[in-house]
Amino acid sequence: MTDPVLQLVGIRKCYGCGETESEILHGIDLHLARGEFAALIGPSGSGKSTLLNLIGLLDRPTGGQLFIDGQETGQLDDTGLTRLRGQRIGFVFQHHNLIPAFTALENVAMPLLVARGRPDAAMFSIAGDLLDQVGLAERKQYLANRLSGGQQQRVAIARALAMSPSLVLADEPTGNLDTHSADDVFALMREVNVRLRTTFLIVTHDPRLAQRCDRIIELIDGEIVSDQPHAVG
Amino acid sequence: MKPWMPFEWIAAIRFLREGRMQSLLIIVGVGVGVAVIVFMSALLAGLQSNLIKRTLSSQAHITLLPPEEVARPQVALDHTALRLQKQAQRLRSIDQWQQVRDRLQKWPEIAAVSPLASGPAFAVRGDANKSVTLVGIEPERYNQVISLAERITRGELRVGAGETVIGIELAKDLGADVGDKLRIATAAGASETLTITGLFDLGNKGVNARNVYVGLRTAQTLLNLVGGVSSIDLALHDLNLAEALAQRIAGETGLTADSWIKTNAQFVTALTSQTVSSNVIRFFIGLSVAFGIASVLVVSVIQRSKEIGILRAMGATQVQMRRIFLLQGGIVGFFGSIRMARRCS
Repeated sequence: MTDPVLQLVGIRKCYGCGETESEILHGIDLHLARGEFAALIGPSGSGKSTLLNLIGLLDRPTGGQLFIDGQETGQLDDTGLTRLRGQRIGFVFQHHNLIPAFTALENVAMPLLVARGRPDAAMFSIAGDLLDQVGLAERKQYLANRLSGGQQQRVAIARALAMSPSLVLADEPTGNLDTHSADDVFALMREVNVRLRTTFLIVTHDPRLAQRCDRIIELIDGEIVSDQPHAVG
Repeated sequence: MKPWMPFEWIAAIRFLREGRMQSLLIIVGVGVGVAVIVFMSALLAGLQSNLIKRTLSSQAHITLLPPEEVARPQVALDHTALRLQKQAQRLRSIDQWQQVRDRLQKWPEIAAVSPLASGPAFAVRGDANKSVTLVGIEPERYNQVISLAERITRGELRVGAGETVIGIELAKDLGADVGDKLRIATAAGASETLTITGLFDLGNKGVNARNVYVGLRTAQTLLNLVGGVSSIDLALHDLNLAEALAQRIAGETGLTADSWIKTNAQFVTALTSQTVSSNVIRFFIGLSVAFGIASVLVVSVIQRSKEIGILRAMGATQVQMRRIFLLQGGIVGFFGSIRMARRCS
């Protein structure tokens, strides 16, 4: 496959040490190309969240290699990982997605602010455009906790796109929403994927949501048991 | 968001504003701690300055005296050991005292120089007589060392020929008042009848009962010190330099120089102990305030764990995160201190 965004080679993750050591992930191999829209499914305790933390560079694997945009991450120190994470990866979580002390516009501009150190007009212009694109032009100055769940997830998607990342990791992005809002949020992610060719990896329990993705990766007991392209009907 | 403000400052201020009640509590906590420190410092500084002021109300910062007379040891012909008896110190004048006075007056550390002729005498009035210290002064100079004029309770500070100013205790003992006559007699047999022009109260009963102020010339005549002075009193700009300066003067002039620190050694030791104990108390108050801030910040870090997670996921480094919380501590500490310090002042 060409133009890989994410590549995992024999990724292992253990917790504890000595006799209490337990291996959560047993040599995961995974490859995501630019523009893919994949779902990661599996029962609770299968290692989905652990894998997502490793891919998001929030944790380090015990063994194996992890490449983001072709860059091997094993040799990077904490600052290097943080910088790479900030520039190449966007996150959408299920809960606690936004910082309540800031407005919707400020939340979207936050990754740019973290990277640049000081606020400037350009970053708010980018954030404003992104909010327009997710249909929240009227809610820019609302504090995060004054928005509905669906609106908060839209803001989170806008924020995940602020740094124009190659990869967006979404952990149960619709898990907390009603059906209508969930459909809206999914449609938005899909639109971004098609328009910007941003790669999405969506962790979900919802089979209905997984069925709407291009590829379904199933993880059971720390191993990928199936990885199939899925034709969206 | 202010364009000049770094990300860490923006986040720290927003977090503080969001948890308003918590921030207010820390500010009040810091404020109370600072108020106690300020109160204790003010109390102690006021108390010490008052004590020093009272102690030095009748005392010069440095007193210069003629060097002690020492008996010259004689060597016995048969080399047997001799016991050398210490010589009795008679009342003597400081050699070349005018030069010493003029020289010291030019020193920047010295505020005033006042030559004195003082010695023992008797104050006699009717059948009563009291042993006193006769002090001959130049009033203008002496007032710069000991503010005698301010301490006159009756009459005025006037010590011309035939005039004297005595303490209120001595006046009471002798039944004398302003305008009355008083005879001063010395052991050498000299005596003079003087008119009381004023009564002073230097806040020290012993001094009020003992000191009899006369003009310098009168004292020189009565004490048989014609043209001479028995001591030179000095006032300094900085009291704390007294001992160091006394040693320097002694070294340069060959005179005996006694500083108030040396003559009131126990008092100074008490003041030092008080300062040390106060500093220890202040240190522990500061420590408890610091622990208070730290514990609230720890709680704040735990409360903000989700925000920390979000910011870390967005690329904020550990250093940036640490700076946000340290800034919060710094901001509440600063405002708490300023608020209470201003209220106390």
